[in-house]
Amino acid sequence: MQFIKDRFNYLFNSTKGLILVAIAMVGIITAVWGMLSGPMAEMGVREVVIKLLGMDIVQSEREGRIIILYHSIAMALIAIETYMVTGLLKMKAFFKTAINAIITVGYILTMIFGMGFAYFGHNWAFHGVYIFGLSLIFFAGVLLCIALYPWNKEYYVTDNEYAHTKSGFDLERAAFFATAVTTVLSALFGAVPGSFFGNGFEAFLAENVIRLPEKTTMEYSVIGHLHIMLALIGIMITLIIGRWLNFKGILHKVAMPLMILGTIVLNLGVWGVVTPLEPIAHMVIYVGATPSMFAALLLLIWDWDKLIKDGTAHIQKPNLGHKLSALVRDPLKFGPTWQMLFMNFTTSGIGIFMAIKLDEVFRVWPAREERIELTGHWHVLSAIIATIILLYFGDMNGFKGKLRQWYGWSIIILSDIAFGAVTVFEMKRLFVTEAEQQPLVNGLMYAIDFGLGMLLVILAILLVYRLTDLFKNKGRWTEELDHELAQEVNQ
Amino acid sequence: MKRIFLTLCLCAALLASCSPVDLNAPMPTFDTGIDPNAWAQIPAGEFHFGQHEDIESTEAYEIMITDVTAAQYADFLNTALVDGYVKVDGDKIVGFYPGDVFHGVKHEEKIEAGDWLFIPLNDPSQRIKFDGETFTVQTGYENHPMTTVTWFGAWGYCEYNDSRLPTEIEWEKAGRGEDERPFPWGEEILRENANYYSSRDPFEDMSSFGSRTSPVGFYNGQMYDGYQTVNSASPYGLYDMAGNVWQWTGDVYEGMHYRFMRGGSKDTYDMDLRLWVRNNATPTYFSPGVGFRCAR
Repeated sequence: MQFIKDRFNYLFNSTKGLILVAIAMVGIITAVWGMLSGPMAEMGVREVVIKLLGMDIVQSEREGRIIILYHSIAMALIAIETYMVTGLLKMKAFFKTAINAIITVGYILTMIFGMGFAYFGHNWAFHGVYIFGLSLIFFAGVLLCIALYPWNKEYYVTDNEYAHTKSGFDLERAAFFATAVTTVLSALFGAVPGSFFGNGFEAFLAENVIRLPEKTTMEYSVIGHLHIMLALIGIMITLIIGRWLNFKGILHKVAMPLMILGTIVLNLGVWGVVTPLEPIAHMVIYVGATPSMFAALLLLIWDWDKLIKDGTAHIQKPNLGHKLSALVRDPLKFGPTWQMLFMNFTTSGIGIFMAIKLDEVFRVWPAREERIELTGHWHVLSAIIATIILLYFGDMNGFKGKLRQWYGWSIIILSDIAFGAVTVFEMKRLFVTEAEQQPLVNGLMYAIDFGLGMLLVILAILLVYRLTDLFKNKGRWTEELDHELAQEVNQ
Repeated sequence: MKRIFLTLCLCAALLASCSPVDLNAPMPTFDTGIDPNAWAQIPAGEFHFGQHEDIESTEAYEIMITDVTAAQYADFLNTALVDGYVKVDGDKIVGFYPGDVFHGVKHEEKIEAGDWLFIPLNDPSQRIKFDGETFTVQTGYENHPMTTVTWFGAWGYCEYNDSRLPTEIEWEKAGRGEDERPFPWGEEILRENANYYSSRDPFEDMSSFGSRTSPVGFYNGQMYDGYQTVNSASPYGLYDMAGNVWQWTGDVYEGMHYRFMRGGSKDTYDMDLRLWVRNNATPTYFSPGVGFRCAR
């Protein structure tokens, strides 16, 4: 009994244990549900999985099922980021315990009962529990906002290395706070139309209505919700990585106000799509996105500069080779910011290009072609955020030496191969006709499947290792039990 | 050594991705026994429309039981050219379209009265050939759906033949009948029901040219050289209402120049073959995966 109690205590009462459970849950869902589409469907694996698991797949409910699937995965991701925030930032112990407990119950209920409802017959009690789970996560979000309240003098900073006002008001904490508050408000932005469309279950996917000139307020709200939530998850992981790496100095002082400003303006723009300000909402969104992205760039510059300086400290006059070598010496510290940069080639850059050439190029093509670009675009963004979390998680696992190198570089290279191939796939109509595309499509599909498949294999190996570790009396889990993320912040 | 080997493998994969596609690879020919000149009668009345089963109704109308074939379109071009209904304009066949009302909505483009592209002649996947006098069909494609045709070209064909493109509502009713089925033949989809992406039909080779069209009415329960199809006619006896080629529909919606297509195609996954799924493109768009049928 004590054996189970100890493990349970680790898994559900320590930050690293909670993160491990959430990553495992996402891994399982991704592995199983990944077999229902794409190449797995082509190979007939989907039918086997459906029969094996006794899934109840109704054709007209596909969109609704997918929405619940996305929410299930997203809630676990939100939980992981929340654990990281509560583990990295100072807050009262009560808040930390309450937030972690509530969000854990919330995402697990959401995941199990949501997926149960969506894929295994429509037990409406399950749907009720799914909504209850989402509500708990919302409540945990409200508590997080209270816990992060930056005007609490207890959290004022005096260290001049970090962004703060003259009075000591911590601007980094304010950035976390702004992101948390806007996330909670933007969740409502989805909850209201969710209730509206849920009443009768007229679910739709935003990418399927994108070209219609007349959209209802509720449709705009759904489109706004999915965009802003993903953007906020991205902003939060940027802040988390900054805190883990101990982002500081002049660039920190410039970046944090920009992060606060960007987050608030970005949200105002998105919320504006359901107001009479809709015609200028996109402009406001661009205005908000720019400082946020610039702040992320400052983090990248600071991180790379630090990696180079730390790695060449022992060399009197380092040349370019020394500097490059120092930059890439630790893939787990270099990887997160590299992935943020890579995102510009696969997501932001593509998005801007699409916006500029929308009517001239992309809207000449069929809507289904545009859908590929849209869904590819945000799948890649989501997956990049997931790889950043996995890189940080590798560091949490204490990987050293060759293991650290293999783990880190595998995640970076495999994911970038896959995401690069997805980007070419999205844009393929620019350089190959429909009739002549098949060899290119085949090559890209191999790259995508290889990259993502191997990434899942690495995750599976990591999870099996952590599972076996739990059976050891003095396993790594015992070291992690009382070890907090704040203790591992770069010095 | 390992690095060189891996690099060579990568280069080989990249080169394989860039290999040219033989668009004229041999095509198996089959007589499906389905008459592309036949029309189905659709009675007036209500039916379940769209994914959420809204109730809509139509007047009685007739609709072709198959897509317009390449042979039918070549015949049309031969007579329409003589009549002056279509013109040869360089590498294009154009015809007059009276234009749409422009509302100035964001992203809307003007469709003015004038000559518009019906079909391109220089597109490598065009199966209609023109020798300067006569239009013919590339051998083997006679009973395949007419593709690489713009919305104007589809509209023109139907108008010339005293018919019109079906509205989206008419199209869906003809495919669905009066119940709530997602596919013309029923609730679930098998590979032998329709020509869709990677459906392993006799016309596709995913390692080289990918999917190709199948003859109209192919999925009628017949066996073709050992390939057994399932009879996949809609309740009103229409074929290819799911898969093979997207089909242009006739609606012109206020505030948008896009034209809508239905039915999914040889290039889409089965989810796009559900009867309520919509696709759209500019009316000048053409593709080897888009065709049409007429109603009257």
